[in-house]
Order: sequence, then C-alpha cells, then structure tokens
Amino acid sequence: MKSLWNHYRYLILRRVTQLGLLFLYFGANAWGWTMLQGNLSSSIILNVVPMSDPYAALQMLAAGAILATDLLVGVAVVTFFYFIIGGRAFCSWVCPINMVTDFAAFVRELIGMNKLTGVKQPASRNLRYWVLGLSLVISAIMGVTAFEFISPISMLHRGIIFGMGFGWMAVLVIFLFDLFVLKNGWCGHICPLGGFYSILGKFSLIRVHHSEENCTLCMKCKVVCPENQVLYMVGKESLPVLSGECTNCARCIEVCDDDALNFSIRSMAQNKKMGE
Amino acid sequence: MKTKAGLSDRRKFILNMARGIGLASMGGFIWSAFIDEVTASQLILRPPGAIGEKDFLKTCIKCGLCAEACPYDTLLLAKPGDHEPLGTPYFMPRDTPCYMCTDIPCVPVCPTGALDVSSVTTDGHLDINIADMGLAVVDEQSCIAFWGIQCDACYRACPLLGHAITIEYNKNERTGKHAFMKPIVHADACTGCGLCEHACVTEKPAIHILPREVAQGKAGDYYIKGWDKKDEKRLKDAHAIHTTTEISKEKAADKLNGDLLEGLYE
Repeated sequence: MKSLWNHYRYLILRRVTQLGLLFLYFGANAWGWTMLQGNLSSSIILNVVPMSDPYAALQMLAAGAILATDLLVGVAVVTFFYFIIGGRAFCSWVCPINMVTDFAAFVRELIGMNKLTGVKQPASRNLRYWVLGLSLVISAIMGVTAFEFISPISMLHRGIIFGMGFGWMAVLVIFLFDLFVLKNGWCGHICPLGGFYSILGKFSLIRVHHSEENCTLCMKCKVVCPENQVLYMVGKESLPVLSGECTNCARCIEVCDDDALNFSIRSMAQNKKMGE
Repeated sequence: MKTKAGLSDRRKFILNMARGIGLASMGGFIWSAFIDEVTASQLILRPPGAIGEKDFLKTCIKCGLCAEACPYDTLLLAKPGDHEPLGTPYFMPRDTPCYMCTDIPCVPVCPTGALDVSSVTTDGHLDINIADMGLAVVDEQSCIAFWGIQCDACYRACPLLGHAITIEYNKNERTGKHAFMKPIVHADACTGCGLCEHACVTEKPAIHILPREVAQGKAGDYYIKGWDKKDEKRLKDAHAIHTTTEISKEKAADKLNGDLLEGLYE
C-alpha cells in the first residue's frame, strides 16, 4: 500500500488539484459559491483576488483590445505564480485536458500503439511555438482572440461549468489524435498555451533535479515522461531539469525506485551542482 | 557538405524554411476561415452594457462571470452547437428575458470591460434603463392587436411601460364600433430586455428583440429634419459625395448664361 502511494503520490495529488479546482468552479455557477468564480480564462478568488489567462490577454492585445485594469491585475497574479514558482505546472496540475491526454497516453502504451508507430515521432515539438506565433498573427489580422475561439481547453472547462453542448466532440478529437496519430500530440506538440507556459515558466524556482550517482539507467522516467526530451541528462549528468517544457508533473519522480529524481528549488539545485 | 538524402545544407535550410512558412500559411488560412465563420453571427443579443459587437469579440475573455452573476440565469455562454461566437455571453428573451435588475449584477463583475459600467451609469449611479441590448420590433401581420383583438400583454410586461411601448388607439373600420389598441415601440426608450417577447401570447412571438444594428435603418446625411433643432446639428458633420462633371465645373448661372444656351437663340 505504501509503495502504491509512493508510486502515484504526485499523480493523485494532481488529480485532486485538477478535480478540486473544477469542483470549485462548478459550485460557483451551480450553487453560488464564491471561493473560485469564473473559469480558466479569468476568475476571481473570494471576490477579491483576480486571475486572468496571460495568453488570452496577449491575444487581446494583438487583436487591438483595450486591456482593463482588473484584467491586468489578474494577468500579473497568474504570471507571477508560474514565472517565479510553478513553471509549466498549469499544464499538469490545473488544465483539464491533461486528464484526457494522460488517459490517451496510458491507453496508447497499454494497447501497444507505441510499438506500432515506433519511437520516431513524425512531428516536431517546436510546432507549438509556431502555433503560438500564428495565433497572435491571426488575432492581429482578424481582430479577435484567435485561439480562444478554437481552444479545446476552454471548451472542456467551460463545458463542465456552464454546459457542454457539442464540446465533448472536440475533447474526443484530442483523445483520438493522441491515441492514434501522435504520442503526446496535443499537449506535447501543438497546444500554444502549453508553448506559452513553456516560455513563461522557463525561469521558475521549482525544478526536478536528477542525481546521476543514484541512477540505475532503468529509463522508467523517460517512458512515463510526456516531454521526455527534457530528461536528456538522465544517467549522464547530475543536473536540474531546466527546460521550460517540463510540466513539473512529477511522474518521473514517483516512478523512480532509486531516488535519482526529486523536486528542488532552482538555486539550491545549482549550488549543489557547483559544490560537487 | 552533402547529407544522406543528397541535399546540401544550404538547400536543406531553404527547403525547411519554405516548409515552415508553407505549413504556417496553410494552417493560418484554415484557422482564419474558421474564425471568420464562427464570429459572423449578427443576430445575437448581448448582456446590458456590452460594447459594440466588433470590440466585444476581441475584449470578452469568455470567463462567464456575468452569467454567474445573473440571478435569473438569463445569460448563457455560447456552447459548441449553439452557432454563436463560442464562449461569449448572450440571451434568448423568449426563454428567459433580462429582468433589468436595478443593481445590474452582471456588468461590474466583467474583468475586461467588454461590459462597460459607464454605458449603464447616469450621474454616478447604475441605471439599467439606459441599457441597450437590442430593440423590440412588432410584426403587424401576426400581432393580434393589429387584427383588432384586445391584447396588451407586451405593453403590460414592459418595465418601461408607457415609455418604451405605448398603445395607439385607432378606429376599427371593419366593425365600425371597436378600437384597435396597437402597441408602438419607441426606439429611444426601449432597452431590448425582451420581457415583451417573453410575454407575447402568439405561438411565435409577434414582438421580438433584434440587435439595434439589425433592427434599425439609417437616414444618412442627405435627409435632415429641418424643423428639429437637435437633428439639424447633424448638418455640421454631414458628409456628401461631390461629383464633378463637365457642366458642374462652372457656377450654374455662368453655365446657363454661357455656351449651354448658345445654340438656342440662333
């Protein structure tokens, strides 16, 4: 039982966080709770602290909208949190699509789809930065927030709180795409919000740290990691995972039986390295 | 230097660039076309205080705080399948109209200013009566009051009774002894709340709300009420198209006294 907890502790915590936040949002609309009102685009905690999606605000700016003070304060709160502390944690700890794509990745491994398609992926992970750039160009030309009108993240999240409509189809498309077309296709290759947080969270304090001396080269971490290019140093060098593409999901930490991966604060991790 | 495929580094770089730009353009065009279609809806009624539709689409962040604040669940967020700009708030008055709360809870909660408090404020106080969500339009063919049947459901339902809708009395020539009691909507007072549409007794409402842009025409600068001081002010910013022809180059009198008439007196 204890080993089960050890192997899934962060996964459980993440699901509790994701579902808990969803439940608070849902309760706000359904029963008038004030803990967390709105949705992931913009919300307000206890009618006091605003939070707004900085990527949505960026698109608004590109579209030529006037940014209101409330929005800017909300953007500052969210940006501060992920920039200084969380890194790309939004993707694995908050975003509801993460549960869909994690499930697709799980089924993919289970049914042996990865063996069928092979290790080589037909698409570049840099695609998301192109999509990110493109979304801003389209926002500017069309004068609307381009990604917000097609985002399956908002469709799912808003759908759960305010009514789904045919939004489940968009979610199914993501699931099927990840399952049959491209491993970690949406979150790891295409999603511009993921790309945005990869850039924003590059300098955050919370980092996964690898200690090479404990590593037994079992490579479980690389199998389970949805962004396994960030673990290039595993078994080679003791380094913190500094790539912004790491979502701090901590799956690598919990599957590691040898204590070779752990959370650490950035500067401490670096000092440790220098002390060697 | 040649790579495996027999391409030089230079060619490979150029090809990769072309591929990137090509794919981005392809995706961009599909994406833009989709955005253009999904934001094209004109027949959508926005919450009170909403800024112009074009600005609304770029400013609304689709957070739903207005919908959550609405005590009557009037406001809906467009779902996939509603065929309205996705995630934006709207209402359907036949189902649930806007009950015009005097404290307008939906507007101040808007974090982006897509719902503009100042547009529903008079002398520093929130004033729902100046809201402009749309305009009620009466279909005289299906309105039974225009048939001569007494019905003032819309008039009675109107929160601005006597201002936004009044009853006009006309003689019913068909019977010779009855009166028509026709509902007349006054565009300057109507807020487009939709209580009339909600109350209308006909199978499909004979009075319904349309966005003002759709419901109203525009006389333009060529027609001005000369008897109305206020309307005359429009003359100041009036625009006219001046066409210059051979004849209009000179003053009319000069032209008439000139060569135009020359052949006439010979």
